[in-house]
Amino acid sequence: MTKKQDANTDSKPLVDFAVGIGGAAGQGIATPGNILARIFARRGLNLNAYNAYQSLIRGGHTFLTIRASNGPVRSMGDSLDVMVPLNQDTMDRHLGVMPSGSSVIYDEAKITPENTPEGVQLCPLPIKELIVGNKLAANTVAVAVILNMLGIEFDDLVDALERIFSRKGKAVVESNMEIAQRGYDYAADNFSAFPYKAPRLSKGLAVVTGNEATGMGALAAGVKFYAAYPMSPSTGVLMYIAQHARELGVMVRQVEDEIGVMNMVIGAAHAGCRAMCATSGGGFALMTEAIGMSGMIETPIVCVDVQRAGPATGMPTKTEQGDLWQLLGAGQGDYQKFIVAPVSQTDLFNTIPELFNLTDRYQCPGLVLSDLLISEGTSTVDPDDLNWQPDIDRGQMIFPNGSTSDNPYGGYNDNDYLRYVNTESGISPRAVPGVPGHIHVAASDEHDEDGTLISDEFTNPHKRRMMVEKRARKMDTVLDAIDPPELVGPNDGAATLVGFGSTWGVVLEAIEKLASENNIVVNQLHIKWIVPFHADAISSVLADSQKIIIVENNYSGQFARYLRSETGIKGDAHIRKYDGEPFMPHHIVDGVKAILARETDLYVPTHEMMV
Amino acid sequence: MTTTTTAADIVEKSIISNGIPLSNVEVTRDSYKGKIDPDWCPGCGDFGVLTAMQKALSELGKQPHECITISGIGCSSNLPGFINTYGMHTLHGRALAVATGMKMANHELTVMVTGGDGDGFGIGGNHFLHTMRRNVDLTYIVMDNQIYGLTTGQTSPTSALGMETKSTPEGNLENPINPMPLAMVGGATFVARAYTGQQAHLVDILKQAISHKGFSLVDVFSPCVTYNKDNTYQWFKARVKKLEDSGHDRTDFHSALDKGYMWGDEIPIGVFWQREDLPTLNDLEPVLDEGGPLAYRTLGITKTQSDSLMTEMM
Repeated sequence: MTKKQDANTDSKPLVDFAVGIGGAAGQGIATPGNILARIFARRGLNLNAYNAYQSLIRGGHTFLTIRASNGPVRSMGDSLDVMVPLNQDTMDRHLGVMPSGSSVIYDEAKITPENTPEGVQLCPLPIKELIVGNKLAANTVAVAVILNMLGIEFDDLVDALERIFSRKGKAVVESNMEIAQRGYDYAADNFSAFPYKAPRLSKGLAVVTGNEATGMGALAAGVKFYAAYPMSPSTGVLMYIAQHARELGVMVRQVEDEIGVMNMVIGAAHAGCRAMCATSGGGFALMTEAIGMSGMIETPIVCVDVQRAGPATGMPTKTEQGDLWQLLGAGQGDYQKFIVAPVSQTDLFNTIPELFNLTDRYQCPGLVLSDLLISEGTSTVDPDDLNWQPDIDRGQMIFPNGSTSDNPYGGYNDNDYLRYVNTESGISPRAVPGVPGHIHVAASDEHDEDGTLISDEFTNPHKRRMMVEKRARKMDTVLDAIDPPELVGPNDGAATLVGFGSTWGVVLEAIEKLASENNIVVNQLHIKWIVPFHADAISSVLADSQKIIIVENNYSGQFARYLRSETGIKGDAHIRKYDGEPFMPHHIVDGVKAILARETDLYVPTHEMMV
Repeated sequence: MTTTTTAADIVEKSIISNGIPLSNVEVTRDSYKGKIDPDWCPGCGDFGVLTAMQKALSELGKQPHECITISGIGCSSNLPGFINTYGMHTLHGRALAVATGMKMANHELTVMVTGGDGDGFGIGGNHFLHTMRRNVDLTYIVMDNQIYGLTTGQTSPTSALGMETKSTPEGNLENPINPMPLAMVGGATFVARAYTGQQAHLVDILKQAISHKGFSLVDVFSPCVTYNKDNTYQWFKARVKKLEDSGHDRTDFHSALDKGYMWGDEIPIGVFWQREDLPTLNDLEPVLDEGGPLAYRTLGITKTQSDSLMTEMM
């Protein structure tokens, strides 16, 4: 579970800093954020970036947090070292929570600080003089100031500006360079730098969002057909794959609705493609009947649900882990499926090929439970942790003779083929349309071994039972194919923090803070595979736990209820958050302390940042 | 009863008995006979549509394994079980979406979609519109009986105004959909109507529709003898008139629209509208330019390709 995600660290003194940039949507927060992220990552620093925003294109309040370190960075962190308010509103919202030793960089002509906390360095900039007419470059000044204060060489900024602005022409690059130089020098002359310098490590890192990582994983897995209906916060997957589709021979379709998406994906999958889609909870709701069809006709597909806060339209740009039971109950009837909740951007990448192998082998749908936090969230990724050429196992498939060189099941077979033959394993060899001698009907009605409907005129309770059991039997051995979760930390910790999916990083970081700052030792059992569920392994780990604290990003304790349903284990205490914003490490630290002090068994942190 | 056939066993048995690849076997109407007999009511119009499809496919010389029939749900949607092609019996209203995925993933297949008026124009209406505008190269055969049959006789999107059904006992208040003009303005490139009682004409239209490159709609009057006592064989026989007999020019859009709106004592059947100058979706899709069907291609990307993708992220 922990994988190699702490890889790019060094022995230098730990430097860990966070930059916040805020303003109205449309004020150009993305570009300085992008420049900073690239510069940090190219220096080999780990980073995590989280953008708090709203469902509008102009106005409102957007706040981007970029945290970087030469140690592991698994969350947005707890506080800021630098803030760049691009409007008065941002200054007013956040100045009060800036800690001593931090700096606030702003345009002195437009923004006035009020009630500045003690120890905060105010860095007013004469932006108008520095940009000499190039209004678009105002944010470049702020970037240059930050870099100067972090002791990052100007050359790094030169590289980044060239990369970012080269598309806009030489004049734009040069103008930005000049302005950046003036900002860099102004900072050196007027502001106190940080007491540390941002280190440079030997190996540069990649910067990806979780949606990009998901798209990259799909390409590695051999997805040939991707369909979607745009829906925040999943649209990034569509855009990433669409951008690379032509060069890599992937077909992308934007469909009229999510019902059409899933049915089209099933059509392509039934033809023999690896086919995939991503959506958010509302779109997923529309897909569910068809996902049941994927189970019934045993045509494997992969669908990613990037959760946002619900119900209904909910909060399109806010995160939540509120769709667990929607996925568990997706579609009517009993059918076999996988549900997996990746824990990070790197994990999203590597999970997609693994899940395709499983769905091909077991011939059923595979559902990925992600959320806005990790799918829209940005992280550095060590290129060596991404397996771009994974093993591809398509299970028992029959393609037309000679059509693929590496297909062991190609060939003609005259009369004996039964698509849904009742095998001991429950897995029936799957011929795709176009193969001579393997004609059959794939029916969403209950059917016999040869595909003939038994649902209506031919209903036969014995056949129905046989087919239900055949499909179910496929999963008898599936746990062997999936790693059980492992306890991280000392066995005798004062508590075990149990979570699933995207909260892995922030929980782990909270555990480290509890140990280093509070002298409280707890351990972590983080769950990635929801279905199938390693109930025995989990029960056995939790049997030794001093106190089970379940951490999740929803109101009703969806994971706590699932854990109880599968293991009979009732969590001793809960930390839950459902305000749309992700956990920050101190929220969990405070929760664990309150729970261990027996002040409460349900801790709901207050999100201090008003975003 | 549990047997233990595996893919390996099938490979063992993978040589055809007489050594002739199936693609060289001559097809006849019987080649398209399905594993089981239809379960439709005696006298159902759908029998005629099934027979006509089998005739059309065999006369076109298509090999059964190169064809797929995809349906939704309803009486007529049981058809894939009764015809010897690959088949999918999908969800109510979703056949066109599934079929689009199938055609795009394997554009060498002949894709036919079968279903009823409720399946296609009611619950599946959205997919109907968008499949037409995309000009997906498939043939959509609607067995239009103007009633919901499998649910025992409720009003349908093509039920006539005032029609008494089990869900409209005092008469239907809603205007029906007219699939002909709807399909023409919706972007279908082949729009035809036929009547199951005129078999030779139906076979001829199906052959043209299947041969047409692009989205073809054949709306077939297929009377429900059990639940629709209004639109009977006698009712249609007195009204349907072949467009061919009136010298209709199927390339004249406005004339086609006018003919499409005709309804009453005279109801035209035949090919209303066809245009052959528009590329199909699979013609337009560059990914299909070379390399054969997507579904049969080797998976994964090369190291050179992945290195290039990684460079963008550094």
